[in-house]
Amino acid sequence: MTLRHRRILEGITRVRGMRGAMLVAADDGLVVAEALMEGIRGNALAALAASMVKRLGLAGVATGIGEVRFLHLQGAEGAMLVMPAPEEMVLVAVGEADVNVGLARLEMLQAVRGLT
Amino acid sequence: MKPTRAVEPWILAPLERFVTESAARLTLVMTPSGQVLAQHGFTRAVDVMSAAALGAGIVASTGEIATMLKEPGFQALNHQGRRHGIFLAGFESPRGRLLALVVYGTDSSVGLVQLFFEELIAEIGEVTPVMPAPKAVLAADFEADLNQSLATLFQ
Repeated sequence: MTLRHRRILEGITRVRGMRGAMLVAADDGLVVAEALMEGIRGNALAALAASMVKRLGLAGVATGIGEVRFLHLQGAEGAMLVMPAPEEMVLVAVGEADVNVGLARLEMLQAVRGLT
Repeated sequence: MKPTRAVEPWILAPLERFVTESAARLTLVMTPSGQVLAQHGFTRAVDVMSAAALGAGIVASTGEIATMLKEPGFQALNHQGRRHGIFLAGFESPRGRLLALVVYGTDSSVGLVQLFFEELIAEIGEVTPVMPAPKAVLAADFEADLNQSLATLFQ
């Protein structure tokens, strides 16, 4: 993981209630860089998040809503936030169920801009 | 969906789960010598035999390269094409070392295949029955065994 990637992810993980963030290769579903708390399986999260973005992207095309810009998956025990990033990557963040999604999204947008 | 077939029934359920979860198009589970234990997606026996022989050959070749480099051995090999990817990996099982050859398309990814391959290895480890005592291999039996295996894989 490069220093640049680390700094970009740190901005997201500083949000209260955030358990981690990672950059994933969109096509391969492999981890590019990660800053995750213990207990989160990075490889599983990377593979499944990339697959979800790919499939929802197809759904977006089929329904005419366009490309995926931001995904917010709210679970009973936590939340997953996903955003496409430059260089064919996907930015994934995982937080507590009550994480401030608005603030997290702003940090993710800033992170994506940092990668451009 | 093309069927999943297994020479030995204990491997069928783990392989079906792997194929469903990973969206693999073709899968072979075989011994390092190329003897096929199970397959998914192949429609012709000749394709299975060719793929098994090539997969076993690639693993043997890369194993030799690892030996030359004084490496313990390569765990997995992934070749990414434009429309398909090929994932070839060896793993230890109660039946000894086995190989898996997986072909996946753009609806899957190497990350997904790797993820569910780990689960396949764990499941095979749990369901594999105790190995029967080895019997002497006779030339006369070899062809009959091979034909029986192929018949099972394409019944």
